[in-house]
Amino acid sequence: MKFAVIVFPGSNCDTDMYHAVKDELGMDVEYVWHDASDLSGFDGILLPGGFSYGDYLRTGSIAQFSNVMSEVVKAAKEGKPVLGVCNGFQILLETGLLPGAMRRNESLKFICQPEELKVQNACTIFTSQYEKGEVISVPVAHGEGNYYCDEETLKVLKENDQIVFTYAKNPNGSVEDIAGITNKEGNVLGMMPHPERAVDELLGSKDGLKLFQSIVKSWRERYVAAT
Amino acid sequence: MYKVKVYVTLRESVLDPQGKAVMHSLHKMGQSEVEDVRIGKYLELTLQKGDYDLDEKIVAMCSKLLSNPVIEDYRYEVEEVVAQ
Repeated sequence: MKFAVIVFPGSNCDTDMYHAVKDELGMDVEYVWHDASDLSGFDGILLPGGFSYGDYLRTGSIAQFSNVMSEVVKAAKEGKPVLGVCNGFQILLETGLLPGAMRRNESLKFICQPEELKVQNACTIFTSQYEKGEVISVPVAHGEGNYYCDEETLKVLKENDQIVFTYAKNPNGSVEDIAGITNKEGNVLGMMPHPERAVDELLGSKDGLKLFQSIVKSWRERYVAAT
Repeated sequence: MYKVKVYVTLRESVLDPQGKAVMHSLHKMGQSEVEDVRIGKYLELTLQKGDYDLDEKIVAMCSKLLSNPVIEDYRYEVEEVVAQ
């Protein structure tokens, strides 16, 4: 399985993402610059954290018009796994691949600390290696991670089991303690916590590794087992 | 040329923690009459005149990039200016 780590001007967690996939997961991975116009050679797309385009205007808003984003949308429509972490999540919201929007943290503080997350849905291609209800420790690092959506959208998210991770102790004010959601089809996941920073005990937790292992497992089941 | 002034504000239903922080600071300054503060963005666009529908164009820009309709509202004013 081959992953693409999309690099925007201002991405700064791209190296962590690359390391997680290459060294801890043992998969193929390549950096892909934001103006690339073809992602057909990749099986999974990773949008890393950081400050794309300096967070000007709103977090993630300018990145939505990067050349590569139309390819990311295409990959998502094809059913490929697309993971957006932190700024990557914000970009997915701005692009419309996921519903809702981000507000400043309620405390107005930048939060950088490990958070306990509850796995709400262990039946997605991103979470099959977890147990439903499992509590995992994954660090967050954001100033604008206060997830918002209206009542109607929230109802849809719940009905379709799209809320994948919630915070045990909500650090930012997110609606319903939401830390990560998928699209309706389940192949696009956006989350504020950084699983790529929790892939080795040296980092304080390796709870994030199972997320990447889940992606690979589902891909193998779908493509390798079938051949 | 047109000068378009765009005001982007958080929707009334969306909590504005920045505004709240500034309000508290104003209170500390002694301005206790201040009941609420909402912080928004102000953008100035300069557009060339042409064969296009100005309102349609502004709405497209405002709703797709300049504001996020999920949490923000916008309004705008248009001024005709003579290029210098």
